[in-house]
Parts: sequence; structure tokens; C-alpha cells
Amino acid sequence: MWEYSDKVKEHFVNPRNVGEIENADAVGEVGSMACGDALKLMLKLDENERIVDAKFQTFGCASAIASSSALTEMVIGKTLEEARQITNDQIADYLGGLPKEKMHCSVMGRDALEKAIACYRGDAEERPEGNIVCECFGVTDLEIERAVRENHLTDIESVTNYTKAGGGCGQCHDRIQEIIDAVLAGEKPSEKEPERLTNLQRIKLIEETLSREIKPALRQDGGDIELVDVDGSRVLVKLFGACAACTKSHITLKDYVENKLRELVAADLTVEEVR
Amino acid sequence: MAVIYLDNNATTRVAPEVLEAMLPFFKEQYGNPSSAHTFGGKVAKDIRAAREQLANLIGARPEEILFTSCGTESDSTAIRAAVGANPDKKHIITTRVEHPAVKNLCEHLSRHGYRVTFVPVDRQGRLDLDFLYKNLSPDTAVVSIMWANNETGTLFPIEEISRHVREKGIVFHTDAVQATGKIPINLKELDVDMLSISGHKIHAPKGVGALYVRWGTKFLPFLLGGHQEGGRRAGTENVASIVGLGRAAELAARHLDSDMARVRKLRDRLETGLLEKISNTMLNGDPKNRLPNTTNISFEFIEGESILLMMDALGICASSGSACTSGSLEPSHVLRAMGVPFTAAHGSIRFSLSVYNTEEEIDFVIEKLPPIIERLRSMSPFWREQQKKN
Repeated sequence: MWEYSDKVKEHFVNPRNVGEIENADAVGEVGSMACGDALKLMLKLDENERIVDAKFQTFGCASAIASSSALTEMVIGKTLEEARQITNDQIADYLGGLPKEKMHCSVMGRDALEKAIACYRGDAEERPEGNIVCECFGVTDLEIERAVRENHLTDIESVTNYTKAGGGCGQCHDRIQEIIDAVLAGEKPSEKEPERLTNLQRIKLIEETLSREIKPALRQDGGDIELVDVDGSRVLVKLFGACAACTKSHITLKDYVENKLRELVAADLTVEEVR
Repeated sequence: MAVIYLDNNATTRVAPEVLEAMLPFFKEQYGNPSSAHTFGGKVAKDIRAAREQLANLIGARPEEILFTSCGTESDSTAIRAAVGANPDKKHIITTRVEHPAVKNLCEHLSRHGYRVTFVPVDRQGRLDLDFLYKNLSPDTAVVSIMWANNETGTLFPIEEISRHVREKGIVFHTDAVQATGKIPINLKELDVDMLSISGHKIHAPKGVGALYVRWGTKFLPFLLGGHQEGGRRAGTENVASIVGLGRAAELAARHLDSDMARVRKLRDRLETGLLEKISNTMLNGDPKNRLPNTTNISFEFIEGESILLMMDALGICASSGSACTSGSLEPSHVLRAMGVPFTAAHGSIRFSLSVYNTEEEIDFVIEKLPPIIERLRSMSPFWREQQKKN
């Protein structure tokens, strides 16, 4: 079991500012169900860009919930400009420290805050995205570089603790080491072209294609479809309504859904129905 | 605060009778069983008795039992002995859902000249037997397949599998760490060559295990040194723990049917209660062929470590397949191999019972868990999205 500080435990058991703000001025969402943690941060501002209210919803472990709760306490009363200066270390310090394996929870808080501010300023699109290095968790070279720089990280394990990068299959460890070496040497790491979709991008694209292209068509026939899981190139879906009862549903799946996904996402996908 | 211990697949309480049997060996009976004097020789007799007790539990002959330090040592010894005794064969078959003791060893061997086939499982954790049989080849040195899965309790058809493997003349090992003492095992009627046991899963202490090696199976020792255990496992015996394991085996053999019937009833009560009272839950694993003490339930849209911590505040002990609990960043390899969606894998909780649990404890958990789940869901963005959809 993790050794959490009393303050982490207290914020976990009695989290502040859980919920939603109607007509929030700024919203920042980070993480995903696949990653194992996610945070939605909402801010209400007054006319001087001072944060008058902050609310959060978090999917995650105790330290993710505590970090979110701490973050809302820290930003309320600050102007956006002041809030922008908050670092992940300050969130961790506010909580009396986090286990090193859990530092990514504080990074998630900082990222959500940045996204919310960018959303308010309307410059979300302008931020450089970087190239994905860790495909398991969708972490880019820029994110890794920043974590290394800001937290003075010197080894792959710490990078994993702060960003999750390298915590899955481990295939990106060499690339992470390159980034660390480059930052330590005071250089900007070389850029590499992303070769293909990351798992996360692929799942997102499948979801989008389903809701944009496929669902409307099925609904016209009184049916519906839902994505259950993506396992490598296998797309597992569930059929509802007329589709579920239809004796020709396998034709719908193969001739329509699969073809559409192959056309719009990746040519190697196969669609399977789960009941 | 009273502890409600529902984590018996992790470890178990030492039975009072077991402790009682062990105590003399920490006090007056400290002799070395290998000594020539009567004082040591007496201890050797107690080890012999323990060997008989354990052999009796699994339908083996006493000389087919080696005592080891733990389940992991037993697994490592078995697999290394099988590949070492068949130096020309370079293929190993195991499953995608093994305990790390087998999984990580096989992955290690795959980097050292061995080809390893990992047999997949279906959504309920059932083994793809056709895939397994198709991959048996003259190059296969050993097939190692767990009897019961530690996370879901799913039982594999070891009787059928061992028969097929034996027909091809291939060594068959099973990690029975979770199965022993929970389901009847009769090795006389099975084609199993080696079988691993751990003491602390059956109310004996930690630090003792056993390996069954069928008479006539080619074997190479893992630890070299003295002549203990017939030269098959060197090192002075952990006498007190071996005696404890023997006593635990005797208790298990005597009460297995009645104890497990009671445990199954409690497990079913817990499972039904939670599945009925809490929405968006699912059972992981094969509902039919399963250990009587284990249930693995996913609570969708929330994360397992948070659930465990909330339960911990009430003294309830269980475990989770979530990424955050393990220290790794990915959820349980077992649930992923089964294709449990991420929405559910991160929020999976394993409850594993023992004969020491009571109906009151189970009812307490059924009462306390729903508000915990509700509370965490009220914080979860995914739960809110789900509610809006409905």
C-alpha cells in the first residue's frame, strides 16, 4: 500500500469543490479512462480574470483525487495569471508530498489548469503538440522534455513517475533516455516524425468515426451501436435495437461498419460483435 | 477497529492448530533433522509426518513431495528442472494469465533461447484449449498451466489438459497455489508431472512451500548443496514451517468439503448482494468453473485504489486489479488478457474469503460498499457522462 501523507488522506476522504460549474468560463480536461486517471477542471472568473470558483471531477486513485482537490483550493482567489504560475511541485508540496510513483497525479492537475486557461484564452489550438514518444500512455516528447527540465529528472524511472511515459511496454525507453540526455546536455532534443497512430489516437478516431459516420446511419434503421473495447486491431462493438435482433447484423458489421472503419481509421481493423 | 479480511488469495491467517503444532520447534525441539543423534532424528520423523500429511491432501506419495521456501521457488524449480532435463527442447507453453512467478520466468527464458507460447483466454477467462493443443510439438519441453487463477478464481480443466500433454510425452507442470486446499486434488488419477503449493495460502505460515514431482519424472535440483530432500532441494529444513504446512494440509484434507461449502455460500451471498445493490457492475471470470472463495467484481467508471482505501477506512481488506494499486501503470494482465474493457478493469476488486469469515462480516460489506461506490462515482467525470446519456 502507498504511504500517503495525512493531508493527502484528508483531501481524499473530504475532497473540496467536487462537482460542476454551470456556464463555466474555463474548462480543462486531461487523461482518459484508458490511462487510469482523468480530471475535469472548471473555473468561474470575475471581470478581473480572478478565479472566484473552481470545481473538479476526477476518475483516479486517492492521490489523483487529493491533487485535484488541492488544486481547486490553491487557485480560488488567484488571477488567471497568478494561477498560471502554479507548478506540479507546488501541488505536491501543498499536500505534504506525494509518493514518487504518484507524482504524475500532480502533473495531471497542472496540465488540467493549463488547458483550462488555454481554453479561456481561446489559444488551445496554438500550443505545440509535440510527437508521441510513449504510445501506451500517449505522452509526447515535449511533455517529457518539460517534466525533465522542470523537475530535474535524470533517469527513465523518474520520467515514468512524473509523466507515465515508459510505464507500459517499455519500448520507448531509449527515446526517453535520448530526451533526458539532450536536456542534460542543454540541447533541444531532435525531432522525430511519428510513424503511425498511437493506441489512444486510434481509439479516439474509432470512437469519433462511430458517432459521426456509423451511428446516424444505423439509427435511421432503428438500431444502434456502441464501442466496447479495442484490442490491437480488433474492434469490439455491441449492437442495440433493430440491429441486435437483425439476422443480417453480421453483414452490417462486416460490410458496413468494418469497411467504414478501415477506410477512415486503419486498414487492418476487424470488427467483432460482443453480446 | 475489527479487520474484515477478504484478501485470502494474497495470504491467510495461520490456523491456531498450525501455530500450536509449530511452537515446540522454536523451543525445545531445535534439532537438525540431518544429525546422527536421536535428538535430531526425532525432528526428521516430524518432517516425515508432515510430508505424509501433505501427500495425503493431494493424493500423492510422500516421496513425491519436496519442501521449498515458497510457491515461487516451487514454480521456478519445476520449470527449470523440466527445461534442464530436456536440453534439446526449446519450446515452453504457458498461459497469458499466469501468476508472475511463472509468467516472468517464462518471459525471462524467452530472452534466453526459448520460444514461449502464451495461450490466450476468452472474455470469461477460459483457456483456448484448441490453441494449446495445436501448439504442442516435439520441441516442447514443458507445459505450465495454473490450476486456478489468483485474480478471478477461474479453474482450468487440468485433468483434460494434463492427459493431452502426457500423451505427447511432454512434461506437465501446474501452479496449484490457489487451488490446493480449496478444491479436491487427487494426483493418483491425473497426468500431472509437477505441482506447486504455497503454505501461506492454506493457513500455514509464509516462507514454506512444496513441489510435487511425480515418481519417475526427470528432475534437476534448483538449489545444490547438502543431501536434504533426497538431494533434490539442498538447505537445512525450515522445520517449524514444514510441520505447520503438514498440519494445515491435514486440516484442509479433513474439512475441505464442509469448509468450502460454507465459504462458497458466503462468497455467493457477497457476490449476489453487491451485484444486486450496485448498478454498472460486472463479474470477472468464469462464473461456473471457479474457486469457491473468490469473486472479482468490476465497478465501472471508478478506480480500484480509491475503493480499496475507502474500504480500508472501515477495516475491510480486499485487493484490486487497477494500475494504481500495483505500482505498475497498467491494469492487471489477467483482466487485460480477458479483454475486460478499461472502463471496468481499473475499477476491479477481488474479494477472496476463508473459513474464518462470518455472515455478519459479509453483510457489513454488502451494507457499506454501495455508499462508497456511489460517493466515488459522484466525483467521476465518466460516471456523470454516463448518467447524462441515460
